[in-house]
Amino acid sequence: MEHNLTLNKLPVGSQARVSGLLSHGRMRRRLLDLGLIDGTLVKSIYSGPSGDPVAYEIRGALIALRGEDSAQILVQS
Amino acid sequence: MGLTKASTGIGALDQSESIQRTHAGERLIALAGNPNVGKSTVFNALTGLRQHTGNWPGKTVTNAQGVHRRGETDYRFVDLPGTYSLLSSSVEEEIARDFLCFGGADAAIVVADATCLERNLNLVLQTLEITPNVVLCVNLMDEAKRVGITVDLEALSKKLGIPVVGTNARKGYGLEELMAAMESLTGGQIKTAPVPVRYTPVIEAAVASLQPLLEQHLGEKLPSRWAALRLIEGEETLGRRILEGMNLDEEGEGALLKQVAAARRSIVDSGVEQAKLGDVVVRCIVLMAETIAGTVCTVPCRCRERDRKLDRLLTGRLLGLPLMILLLFGVLWLSIAGANLPSEGLAFLFNQLEEHLDRLFTYLQAPLWLHGLLIQGMFRSLGWVVSVMLPPMAIFFPLFTLLEDVGYLPRIAFNLDSSFKKAGACGKQALTLCMGFGCNAAGVTGCRIIDSPRERLIAIITNSLVPCNGRFPMLIALIGILLAGQVSQGLGSVLSALLLVGFLVLGVAATLLASRLLSQTLLRGVPSSFTLEMPPYRKPQIGQIVIRSLLDRTLFVLGRAVVVAAPAGMFLWVMANVTVGESSLLALCAGLLDPFARLLGMDGIILMAFILGLPANEIVLPIIVMGYVSGGALVEVGGISQLHALFLANGWTWVTTLCTALFCLFHFPCSTTLLTIQKETGSLKWTAVAFVLPVMIGMILCALVAAVGRLF
Repeated sequence: MEHNLTLNKLPVGSQARVSGLLSHGRMRRRLLDLGLIDGTLVKSIYSGPSGDPVAYEIRGALIALRGEDSAQILVQS
Repeated sequence: MGLTKASTGIGALDQSESIQRTHAGERLIALAGNPNVGKSTVFNALTGLRQHTGNWPGKTVTNAQGVHRRGETDYRFVDLPGTYSLLSSSVEEEIARDFLCFGGADAAIVVADATCLERNLNLVLQTLEITPNVVLCVNLMDEAKRVGITVDLEALSKKLGIPVVGTNARKGYGLEELMAAMESLTGGQIKTAPVPVRYTPVIEAAVASLQPLLEQHLGEKLPSRWAALRLIEGEETLGRRILEGMNLDEEGEGALLKQVAAARRSIVDSGVEQAKLGDVVVRCIVLMAETIAGTVCTVPCRCRERDRKLDRLLTGRLLGLPLMILLLFGVLWLSIAGANLPSEGLAFLFNQLEEHLDRLFTYLQAPLWLHGLLIQGMFRSLGWVVSVMLPPMAIFFPLFTLLEDVGYLPRIAFNLDSSFKKAGACGKQALTLCMGFGCNAAGVTGCRIIDSPRERLIAIITNSLVPCNGRFPMLIALIGILLAGQVSQGLGSVLSALLLVGFLVLGVAATLLASRLLSQTLLRGVPSSFTLEMPPYRKPQIGQIVIRSLLDRTLFVLGRAVVVAAPAGMFLWVMANVTVGESSLLALCAGLLDPFARLLGMDGIILMAFILGLPANEIVLPIIVMGYVSGGALVEVGGISQLHALFLANGWTWVTTLCTALFCLFHFPCSTTLLTIQKETGSLKWTAVAFVLPVMIGMILCALVAAVGRLF
């Protein structure tokens, strides 16, 4: 079963594929440079002591994103 | 922490340092790569320079350069800031891109991480669009092997059309092959045939329509394909730069811009919005990187399990923060407990040496004033600086570097990010704060890793709220005085470390509060987006760490302190011995400052020491000592107990000690830091804010403590 959600809603330990970016400008470019194009597999690995930020595995690298920023990333799980 | 002569010395102030060949035969090589792929390690190994390396992204913030000699040829390497891409517009990416485009390099080495090749290929492909003369250095091969990742270098070389060399720069493995490839490439023995990134047919057609005209104007300066893409994308500053390079007259420029507009229109007409054009371009590159990596790499599905376990512990909800404090405590405790004995040993040595020098002066029948100036003034200041400052530094630095080398610093940033977010600041500020522990000037320069100008200013202004290495030993000494005679030595060092952790937590808390204050007043705004890469944990190179941190940091910082302490000691001796009317100049100045200093719980001598210590915080404590003893009573160079006795004799109470420690933590940044702030912000106003803010915090806290102290 497929459903759409934003990356910040993805529970720690699960994975999903990117279906779109809502962020714009410099951040959009940075996310694309990290390889977050449509169809990219993203895995939520662990969250910080207060639950934010969350570290995601993206194309073999571990990248931390704040909730505000991961809310701008659409994924399908 | 980047604390080297280059980053904190006089040269650091010369930002526009031009990079060029020193002689005609020299070959200029750019060193590019993603952050944290061991680029600086490769650079150091090749040039023998000691560019400080750290296991966290964004280490190299200035263009370091060094020369490697091979046979008869010199290769001048330029270490560019680590970047993920050459397309977005962060300061670092601009520096790297501009050097590759306009820096006139003969060739480039792109350093890539074997454990994360796919992401790294993005930069490789982009670099190949700018220059065909590239050698790919796939670094960290040993680490890839350890986690079960294999890279077929030969296949990769065929796919990319450029030489590819596998290295393990930390051990020096593969560097000979790298230089051999570089030699053949720059010598013309091999020609590369870089694979072009294929874009969508519409984009390709638009690019092709511009290429003939661009080729005519650009000649050999830039590849027309790359220039066409950038002009169509329409990023303004870069577009301007490309146009300027062509030296067109008004008419020619008009004609070109018209063609660019037509090419852009053809793309928009096909249904791709102008705003999304960049997306399409990046997507093509990323997909190509994915395809190439997919054919040359094998990645096991469960690698990095150990890292994940460690991270769950070190960044965990329950243990993340307590473990962080515990680690900090451990480092500080070792520094304090370990420093006692060497401190006393050094003091003993200096006293012995002084006796010999005394005899020499008597033998030479040198005048008394000369003996006073050189021995009591200069030599004794030196003795104090070295014996009190050196041992804690020499222990603290290697330990701190160890944490850095292992890869713990980004975890600190990760743990503290939510606090920085609440303060309206960037999570990477935790990294620049850690750099500040080494040297505030280096910390300020390091703030370049923060993209948002607002958050960068906040980080710059608040950087000196954490003690740099110049202030650590002073804090340790003051805490020692506070506890002297109260507890046994073993327990004392534990308590000292605890108190020091307290001071550091206070510094971090002040940083957060001040950041929040700035976010709500002078630098209003909401926290902007950022990404933080968490590099894999790496086995530290212990031998190298000890040597590097001793040579690069400790001795350098000490050298700076000594250079300032010697003349300051002489100056003080003169002030103490030149009398106006009844009292010495020193007493007069201190007397002037005294009433105000008393309000802050200190005395005139202490406040004067802070002012005279502007060039280097390391000398504040020695100046206080000199101030007290230069009048008459002689005090030998000694440890904490001698200090305690001397300060007691000069009326110190626990209030004085505490206020001095607080003011040490919160006062104006040293002159090097101020100059660096001025350079980085380009603004006297923000430099002034960075000067006033910590002083205000210090004065308020000291006045409060002094007021409370008077109640008892």
